[in-house]
Amino acid sequence: MFTEIDTATLDEPVAIRPAQKPWRAKKRIRGKPVNGAGDSCDARAEWVDHVRRIRDAQDQAAFAELFQHFAPRIKAFLIKSGSDPALAEECAQEVMATLWHKAHLFDPARATVATWVFTIARNKRIDVLRKQRRPEPEDLGWGPEAEPEQDDVIALQQETAQLRDALSALPEAQRQLIEKAYFGDLSHREIASQTGLPLGTIKSRIRLALDRLRHAMN
Amino acid sequence: MSNKIKHHLTDDLLMAYAAGSLPEAFDLMVATHLSLCDDCRARAESFDAVGGHVLEEQGDVVAMNEKSLAETMALIAKGAPIAKPKRAQCSVLPTPLQDYVGGDVNDIRWRPIGMGVKQAILPTSGDAMARLLFIPAGTAVPDHSHKGMELTMVLQGAFSDEVDHFARGDVEIADQDLHHTPTADITEDCICLAVTDAPLKFNKLMPRLFQPFLRI
Repeated sequence: MFTEIDTATLDEPVAIRPAQKPWRAKKRIRGKPVNGAGDSCDARAEWVDHVRRIRDAQDQAAFAELFQHFAPRIKAFLIKSGSDPALAEECAQEVMATLWHKAHLFDPARATVATWVFTIARNKRIDVLRKQRRPEPEDLGWGPEAEPEQDDVIALQQETAQLRDALSALPEAQRQLIEKAYFGDLSHREIASQTGLPLGTIKSRIRLALDRLRHAMN
Repeated sequence: MSNKIKHHLTDDLLMAYAAGSLPEAFDLMVATHLSLCDDCRARAESFDAVGGHVLEEQGDVVAMNEKSLAETMALIAKGAPIAKPKRAQCSVLPTPLQDYVGGDVNDIRWRPIGMGVKQAILPTSGDAMARLLFIPAGTAVPDHSHKGMELTMVLQGAFSDEVDHFARGDVEIADQDLHHTPTADITEDCICLAVTDAPLKFNKLMPRLFQPFLRI
């Protein structure tokens, strides 16, 4: 019942979009592909296409694959962050449901799917385990007709792969400290000694994406 | 979006924000600053990428229950949680702060704390405290120092102290070594968001006597 978008037939170049887009005025209609929305898929950008298929076609098969990969990781992450297994199972399901409902907010020019899933899981951990609200910055999102350029998406995914290599090359003790920090086991002061990470290039890439997004929003 | 922000958040605060280990009041400060500062937003999101790496590469994963996917699909079928109503753009309060104030700058419930200075404590849990400060144009906040860390971000107007001049979006990071007397610019009333992880110490007797009542 869910049609997959055949990327080979949707090769309309993204560049023909009009320059001025009143994107705020248009509301996305969930589940209905809108023009320009399904045409910029690329298998190299891992999982990005899956999220698009959920957003544009409510594709349950794509969701099942994402679930199989990410749900056990979210559950492990929450257990390492101090949750008991039953609560971690429940929260991992809620995180995956959030991924479905917020698929339209995912910006592949600024984050990989893994990064995005991490932020949802982290927020769930704060909301549930620490019983605090997590204040989030003002939402920034591409409107339905103003998607990020495919080159930007691929570049961000490549920068992330390089970051992965750089982090993997760190000494074991430091890698363990970084893991501890992200499982919520380091205080702010302990984190201060861990900030010299090789993030310069990925930061510049995200900054560029933000500039283009701001331009598209105005 | 202003590109004129000179005083930014530090990497350790941004990494702690990404890791989710800040108290709520500090989370609010970071979220508010990121709403105004794309430089810091890009740095914060690169620390998110480290978190994505940790999630992806953690050694062992934990299998979900047998019916987990079906249960999640049932959860999804119930529909998305009701989204917060989209707040109107406010020239003073970025959206994270509007959530805490419960509205616009006109909805802030100020309480006078002397010399025309007013404050509004925002409801946050945890060990740190967040409040909005209103400093009339040209007025000085009494000389004070800090037991812990205090972050002050300008939302309207500007202030100067012994360190520098701070305008909208700028964050001053003060620790126990800083004694300062922030003075609002004469041109406009100054509104700031201030968060502390310990009570302030006033250096003159009178404000110190009142401190327990003022909750600052």
